[in-house]
Amino acid sequence: MIDVDIGQQLGDFRLDVKFSAEAPIVGLFGRSGSGKTSVVNAIAGIGTPERGSIRINKEVLYDAAERIDLPPNERRVGYVFQDSLLFPHMDVESNLRYGQRLRSPEDRFIDEARIVDLLGLEALLHRKPRALSGGERQRVAIGRALLAQPRILLMDEPLASLDVPRKMEILAYIERLRDELRIPIVYVSHSVAEIARLADTVVVLSDGKCIASGAVDEVMGQFDFNPAAGWHDSGTVLDSRVAIQSVEDQLTTLAFDGGELVVPHLDAAVGERVRARISARDVSLALTKPADISILNVLPAEVVAIDEASGPAVDLQLAVGASMLVARITRRSLRQLGIRPGFKVHALVKAVAFDERSVGYV
Amino acid sequence: MHALSPEEVAILALSLRVAVVSVICSLPIAILVAYGLARLSFPGKTLVDAIVHLPLVLPPVVVGFALLVLLGKRGPIGSLLDEWFGIVFAFRWTGAALASAVMGFPLMVRAIRLSIEAIDRRLETAARTLGGSRLWVFASITLPLALPGIITGTLLSFARGLGEFGATITFVSNIPGETQTLPLAIYTFTQVPGGDPQAVRLSIVAVVLSIVALAASEWLTRRSTSGHRDDRR
Repeated sequence: MIDVDIGQQLGDFRLDVKFSAEAPIVGLFGRSGSGKTSVVNAIAGIGTPERGSIRINKEVLYDAAERIDLPPNERRVGYVFQDSLLFPHMDVESNLRYGQRLRSPEDRFIDEARIVDLLGLEALLHRKPRALSGGERQRVAIGRALLAQPRILLMDEPLASLDVPRKMEILAYIERLRDELRIPIVYVSHSVAEIARLADTVVVLSDGKCIASGAVDEVMGQFDFNPAAGWHDSGTVLDSRVAIQSVEDQLTTLAFDGGELVVPHLDAAVGERVRARISARDVSLALTKPADISILNVLPAEVVAIDEASGPAVDLQLAVGASMLVARITRRSLRQLGIRPGFKVHALVKAVAFDERSVGYV
Repeated sequence: MHALSPEEVAILALSLRVAVVSVICSLPIAILVAYGLARLSFPGKTLVDAIVHLPLVLPPVVVGFALLVLLGKRGPIGSLLDEWFGIVFAFRWTGAALASAVMGFPLMVRAIRLSIEAIDRRLETAARTLGGSRLWVFASITLPLALPGIITGTLLSFARGLGEFGATITFVSNIPGETQTLPLAIYTFTQVPGGDPQAVRLSIVAVVLSIVALAASEWLTRRSTSGHRDDRR
């Protein structure tokens, strides 16, 4: 359980954030400059807020009223930075052991051999940080933070400096950690896809304020999430299960509460839970069920609400069975089709619109 | 060239002792001052910075004279040191070491400060989040990463100490066997009729000494950085 309620003036920027979250992975989402890093820094004890309190599992790390402010080395908060910040004068093994040696044996619950195995570090142990690739460095940084035996792991845009294949690799490692170590993770990102794939609970920051928080699939379907997500990035997350694996076409059919969705092949067993993020701009609408089209996913839906923001496009919130979808169409289409809340429509989703990053395993 | 005479060996030994002692005693202070100037902000930081650099811009004779006034037997600090601890600098080799240390101090602080400033602060922050106290992080991260600067600063100060003349002769005079270091001895020989060959011999010793010190520091610097500057294993 993470309780954060802090206020801090940073130059012209005012940070006033309050949220509570309990989940294996809490996503801290917002555009750059929204205050995400300031929040994780405050949790780690880097830079002191002016007011408020920070608690992890009821343990007070900071409380302005009580005059409690634990120094970073006593907080037992693991921190994985954007650029791994490995110590250049030590080899990988010494980097991994840096924090471990500073904890008394009775506080050690994460085992070195296990971390080395889990993160695939065996072959790197005697190399220097300079001789590692970006992805390898980040894996070592994660291992180093975990071996310091933290109560919670903060990850501040850990994939930001990596190319797409490395991103996939690290995402898979983070999922393994979540499943095997049961250590709560606060994952900071400005990428909706990463948050949708990893986080269970999301806290959305904008201009130093928390504008939404809650379960990922709920928050990501809300309209007021969109300004923070940016014009291109609104969408929803569907909680689903693998229903059919079609080897022949290399397609996977996902079943969710409200229908089925065909996506490019996923490496998952039938019945496995999967989270699929559907970007609003990948959803089109038709008033009648279209025939003779290439789009595989045609879902009957009902228009619940229309977001009347300015600009050429509007977002429509759709109910598909018990699930929610957001469609982004032009204002002109909305007018020509005469769509109003309550209309029955068909939502069209291109199967190839899914990318690997937005479909994750739960 | 013949081998060095006993007198020459004594001069050389005294010079080395003065320079080594001055470097060893000033190094810990220089590291602290350099760290303070590089990493901390405190009132009067500019003033401290200026005072540290003063010996670099003042005539050495002025520095020596200031030491004599303050730390001489009847000086305000010198008399107290003598009374309380029995420490006397005036006209002793320890005074020569002090003069060398003061003159070499700005060079030492500058080199160390620059190398501390070049260290990514966030490495220290990362070490703190891993459980390191301020002191431990300083010892395990800052100090080893600043090692090239520490070596360079030590060498510069050592070389400055070997060559120190003005402050030394003003503060502790030119006493053979006590305060007569290499430069003072060379100067003395040049003032004596027929002393030139002696002066030349000692000058060659000084040149050799400097080259050896330079080579040693180069070797040390390379060794200390081979870990993180060289990708080959």
